[in-house]
Amino acid sequence: MSNNPFPLSKEKLLEAYRMMRTIREFEERLHVDFARGDIPGFVHLYAGEEAVATGIMMHLNDRDRIASTHRGHGHCIAKGVDVKEMMAEIYGKATGACRGKGGSMHIANLSKGMMGANGILGAGAPLICGAALAAQKLGHGGVGVSFVGDGGSNQGTFLESLNLASVWNLPAIFVVENNGYAESTSVEWAVAGDSYVDRATGFGMPGVSVDGTDFFAVYEAIGEIVKRAREGGGPSLIECKTVRFHGHFEGDAQTYRGKGELEDIRANKDCIKIFRNRVRDAGVVSDAEFDKIDKAVVALIEEAVVEAKAAPLPKAGELLTDVYVAY
Amino acid sequence: MARKLSMKDAINEAVDQEMTRDPTVIMMGEDIVGGAGASGEEDAWGGVLGVTKGLYAKHRNQMIDTPLSESAYVGAAIGAAACGLRPIAELMFVDFIGVCLDQVYNQAAKFRYMFGGKAETPLVIRAMCGAGFRAAAQHSQMLTPIFTHIPGLKVVCPSNAYDTKGLLIQSIRDNDPVIFLEHKNLYGHMSDVPEESYTIPFGEANVVREGKHATIVTYGQTVHRSVDAAAALTKDGVECEVIDLRTLSPIDWGTVIESVEKTGRLICVDEANPRCSIATDVSAHVAQEAFKALKGPIMMVTAPHTPVPFSPALEDIYIPTADAIASAVRKSMVR
Repeated sequence: MSNNPFPLSKEKLLEAYRMMRTIREFEERLHVDFARGDIPGFVHLYAGEEAVATGIMMHLNDRDRIASTHRGHGHCIAKGVDVKEMMAEIYGKATGACRGKGGSMHIANLSKGMMGANGILGAGAPLICGAALAAQKLGHGGVGVSFVGDGGSNQGTFLESLNLASVWNLPAIFVVENNGYAESTSVEWAVAGDSYVDRATGFGMPGVSVDGTDFFAVYEAIGEIVKRAREGGGPSLIECKTVRFHGHFEGDAQTYRGKGELEDIRANKDCIKIFRNRVRDAGVVSDAEFDKIDKAVVALIEEAVVEAKAAPLPKAGELLTDVYVAY
Repeated sequence: MARKLSMKDAINEAVDQEMTRDPTVIMMGEDIVGGAGASGEEDAWGGVLGVTKGLYAKHRNQMIDTPLSESAYVGAAIGAAACGLRPIAELMFVDFIGVCLDQVYNQAAKFRYMFGGKAETPLVIRAMCGAGFRAAAQHSQMLTPIFTHIPGLKVVCPSNAYDTKGLLIQSIRDNDPVIFLEHKNLYGHMSDVPEESYTIPFGEANVVREGKHATIVTYGQTVHRSVDAAAALTKDGVECEVIDLRTLSPIDWGTVIESVEKTGRLICVDEANPRCSIATDVSAHVAQEAFKALKGPIMMVTAPHTPVPFSPALEDIYIPTADAIASAVRKSMVR
């Protein structure tokens, strides 16, 4: 075990695995419970993309701010939002992260630096320019990270933010999670130009494209980017090429996908499997150690669901509170 | 010590004093300093009409020019507000809200509610509003009803320099997002303004003129036209009470209802377009809450349901005139 070829300690590798597995279990459980009709509203699952959120968030602290997307559960978990509070929120309960007022698409925890999942695609990018500006003005060394999908990357807000971040030399990081689909529309059709790196260049910032199913590729690339931002080197863009195991939203029959595509990505592009095999094959972590984490994660999510179901609903009076600080 | 100050200078002074008091107060906007990256003089513009002139010299780190990119910088102001700063975003003309409204109404206005009361967004969006400047359809709108409609926003539209300073300082210190609308036709309007810092609370209307026969409820530029109408009506023995709402959200229903209960007549004057406007809002509220006090029909005097025209001949009849207001008061007196 002394020969660890990875850029993380064994303890950190286990932490990364636990994080990815927690996100996966959370999402797969929602998939089942949503189909059963237990969950109100829309949910957009992050399963398949875990290495991106985890690889990035392991470089961040609570002072660093992130702005997420409609597919935000993975970002929330990796940024340290409590999974039980998240589950309760998704069930619309008073004990939820937002006391039942936000739901899946608006989970936030500002004390953890999580500025919200967001129902409006591309809307997080300007907010992160502001978070990065605040970090710059207050001089606390924090960075802002904006997540956007390949779909959201075509929004004006995103493109304007790239320009603004460059002009103001902000400690802002723009992560494009390219899972191949904007809802049902292929990235091949909807994104003009072949390369996000070229887009970054066009806005005067460094850009890099990595295999988002490879935790280590994400981890190492983002490490450099975060370091540069903290040191005043300005914004960057990173594209993480990843896969989406589920539909755009739950209930999406995914008829737009090619034959065998889902089976293929589940078999060959599962970031957790890839991570586990590599780390096990290097002899750093044993299957037994991974299995132990799997078991703990399943128990945690089961507990979260049981507690969420048993939790009280918001009282009627809650309808009218929290609109203003004072009015 | 009070001295005469224009509304434009009152804005400058309010921002100056708040930036001195609190270094987390910043302002961002297009050309609010001016000449960024150009080889000419520093602080070249101070805003398109010179409202922020001189602030950069005193507060270099707090005055931030932006590219022409409202979505990005208004959103950045909102993000910064959620991260410990107290930003003022200058939108220049409120008509430009169309390209960045999502950031205002889906983000800033909803953070606190969506996040279960755990967010504060102390943001001010300053923008010029209103007609009479020959600025045509895309630089002359009021749009006050659009903002007032949205829960989570506060909306301010002062009519004079004194209120402007007090309300702007209140807006900057307020912990909710505030839309601060400055009628461009009033920028040169002078009134007594104390040199020292002061605030005017939101939700407190100003009774500009007392009267017992009819209540005129308005805000912004039409406050002055309503006062003119009231002065003209005294010749007919009609004494109008004129209420300047000052803030549209929150709104001072108490003062409005109390006045209508005294006069029995209501005339709502609004420079915004007529449908779903401040005028319709006030009319509906009074009809519901003080129906028994009414002695005549509620009257509304508003801009027509048209864009703002360019030609002075048309624009002058677009904005509610003192004559139109006086005529509406007379109609309200007919039983």
